Amino acid sequence: MSYEILRIIWWLLLGVLLGGFAIMDGFDLGTAALLIFVGRNDVERRVAINSVGPVWEGNQVWFILGGGAIFAAWPALYAASFSGFYLAMFLVLAALIVRPVGFKFRSKLENPRWRSWWDWALCIGGIVPPLVFGVAFGNLFEGVPFGFDADLRMQSDISLWSLLNPFALLCGLVSLAMILMHGAAWLNYKTRGPVQDRARLLLPYAAAAYGALFVGVGLWLSRLDGYSLTSPAAPDGPSNPLGKSVLHGAPGWLGNYENHDLLWLLPLGALFMAMMASLARKRTAASFLFSACVPALTIATAGAALFPFLLPSSSHPGASLTVWDASSSKLTLEIMLGAVIIFLPIVLAYTAFVYRVMRGPVTRQQIEADSKTSY
Amino acid sequence: MDIVELSRLQFAITALYHFIFVPLTLGLSILLGIMETVYVMTGKTIWRDMVKFWGVLFGINFAMGVATGVTMEFQFGTNWAYYAHYVGDVFGAPLAIEGLMAFFLEATFVGLFFFAWDRLTKLQHLIATWLLALGTNFSALWILIANGWMQYPVGAHFNVDTMRMEVSDFMAVLLNPVAQAKFVHTVSAGYVTGSVFVLAVSAYFLLRGRHIAFAKRSMTVAVSFGLASALSVVVLGDESGYTTGVNQKMKIAAIEAMWNTEPAPASFTVFGLPDIASHTTRLEVKVPWVLGLIATRSLDTPVPGINELVGLAHDRIKDGMVAYQALLAIRQAPHDPAPRALLQAHVDNLGYALLLKQFRPDIQNATEGEIAAAAASTIPNVPVLFWSFRLMVGLGFWFIALFAAGFWFSAKLELDRHRWFLKAALLSLPLPWVAAELGWIVAEYGRQPWVIEGVLPTALGVSTTAAGNVLFSVIGFSVFYSALLVADLYLLIKYIRPGPDAEPPLRAGSAALAAE
Repeated sequence: MSYEILRIIWWLLLGVLLGGFAIMDGFDLGTAALLIFVGRNDVERRVAINSVGPVWEGNQVWFILGGGAIFAAWPALYAASFSGFYLAMFLVLAALIVRPVGFKFRSKLENPRWRSWWDWALCIGGIVPPLVFGVAFGNLFEGVPFGFDADLRMQSDISLWSLLNPFALLCGLVSLAMILMHGAAWLNYKTRGPVQDRARLLLPYAAAAYGALFVGVGLWLSRLDGYSLTSPAAPDGPSNPLGKSVLHGAPGWLGNYENHDLLWLLPLGALFMAMMASLARKRTAASFLFSACVPALTIATAGAALFPFLLPSSSHPGASLTVWDASSSKLTLEIMLGAVIIFLPIVLAYTAFVYRVMRGPVTRQQIEADSKTSY
Repeated sequence: MDIVELSRLQFAITALYHFIFVPLTLGLSILLGIMETVYVMTGKTIWRDMVKFWGVLFGINFAMGVATGVTMEFQFGTNWAYYAHYVGDVFGAPLAIEGLMAFFLEATFVGLFFFAWDRLTKLQHLIATWLLALGTNFSALWILIANGWMQYPVGAHFNVDTMRMEVSDFMAVLLNPVAQAKFVHTVSAGYVTGSVFVLAVSAYFLLRGRHIAFAKRSMTVAVSFGLASALSVVVLGDESGYTTGVNQKMKIAAIEAMWNTEPAPASFTVFGLPDIASHTTRLEVKVPWVLGLIATRSLDTPVPGINELVGLAHDRIKDGMVAYQALLAIRQAPHDPAPRALLQAHVDNLGYALLLKQFRPDIQNATEGEIAAAAASTIPNVPVLFWSFRLMVGLGFWFIALFAAGFWFSAKLELDRHRWFLKAALLSLPLPWVAAELGWIVAEYGRQPWVIEGVLPTALGVSTTAAGNVLFSVIGFSVFYSALLVADLYLLIKYIRPGPDAEPPLRAGSAALAAE
């Protein structure tokens, strides 16, 4: 297999892993983010928490795996993005650290102050990651200021405040609305009683907000200064981002869409699925499955617009990271592809088994009967 | 403090903190598997009660391990960006495979372990428990393959076109002897931690005269498993010593505070006061032959001392400067084969030349004085290593004695008769953590000034983010982690105190908190 094909496969796998994270951890992040709003008393909140209780831990591994796989397959991207977005990453880490502890510790004591504190921690811990990841995606389109010296040491000066610009914040809201919709769809599917009622009420609003914001980002993207390669790409070349030339100021980011009409199915599909998740909300399982397609199609929409860029540089456009110059060596990509082919199906199989074992709705009666062991 | 010191401080804090929870997870998961196996085989419900009681404590600890592990996976990128670029091609793969093979397994089956007692058959639940234990142990395997490579970077080469290390032989990375020795040593230390935990808490119950049958059974499992593990820790620790002696001679010499080369067979210093300034150790008490046997497994191989190793480093720096000159020439003329051949001939010492970067950016022009200073910088902190190592080894022998005594009393069915033993067991509760943290200090602080031994100096590995950002995150993590630790210990104590057959202490906690 050629280096070029491997890089494209790993670019697709990057999408699969980010999509896996957004779909799987997305619904329990959304559930946590909605916790305060769908649960008005302790039992209701426990219903919401226990709907993800047995599975959120496995879901969060998608995030860890995403980090590890980017490290292994796109080390330059891992290094540049995580150190460049330093404080933003710190916020995400803090949120994802508080979640495991919150889920586990919350119901271990009956004190209302203790529980209320953890409820808020879980709620904020559910809001921050989708917001920050959306903002990060927004900044990918705008480019961030960084370059490299001859040793390929990144030189950058990225402040947290410069990341929080209007376009990026709009992307953050798209992401947040999407995750809230997905969380509401999950609660609608997995719980009964008032929690389900409130989630079902929220679902269309979240879906509509997602749709409107998503279209807004699309319109803005068509006017944003895009990036384009102006030197011939070297898809089989060594992973060294220096020595190419990139134009910053290309008209918009929709070039790939103009060249390949079929790509329009991705954003249209995302909007359609969000609409269906909302319309089908009485058929809860179908609604959740529609909702689960939205994060995957949203990420695919963004990826298709960016290709071949991974992380454009606004200060030194030539140093932008692309699919052709930021990957691991051919051998490492091959080894990692083998690992994914062997292990991912196994992971999916036992994950499916666990969801089957834990199938069925979570109700108030179950929580009250099982008060000791439930979250 | 500059960014290098801050980044190192943050890594040290977060890694040592993470390792408060990891060894208990490793050990308890296996102990839970053993107890549940007995339950399934005998059908006696007391064994299921044991799994549930120790399982709750396991869960509280596991959550903290997961939470603090998140930081570890991303910190290489946030704080060690040049490291991530320079070795990600090799180091990233075991980390990613750890996620695929281990984290998913443990995180998925931990859900079934806690939530599916009524939804699975006895045998199915037992399998879930063992898969959970297997997942935690796989995770240790892969992270230690990654860490072993930092100590002994095999199976990789420098690629000048990408300015980084790349994999040439992945099997060599997997089967790295340092990684194998470290893996067994580390998981055994985890098993000892889990066993001491169960032993100490059970001893607490027996000292109070409560839950006698429960505590004695728990203790029997703990002392048997603990004795085997403690023996394994020491034996495999010796294997670690041997592999270190092959590759990281400076680390061995620093652990021994051995300034000058010992003629074969080298003796082992039991006590001494190492003095960095004068390169001497005062008040030495030595045991002949022992070090030679540990480090070289022979009686006729000398063990090189610090001063001799600094001399070797000096030569390697000079040789590495040739490689660096060639590297600069390649940048000028990328297609000229001559400098590439020159680089190839000296590339093994390129990392040593990079030690000069802390003194000047244009290292090809380094003075003789700077080269000597760079060579001297290869000496790690000798007194810290010397004492950390001795304390760790002393604790290892203490655990063997403790478990051996427990094993003997258990065989004679008199576990609850010797209050001195129960008190000793209870007081030993913090010791495995002390030993484990000291072990990491020896392994990682002893690797300095390298982040990848002989390949990349630690100071070069950092990100170029503002030092203020790192200061902020150091403070943030410290405050955040301290608060979590308080909550964690509070919950553990609340759940241990009433013991297994009491109602959960929900209300007790409520009253105590309300009284605040």
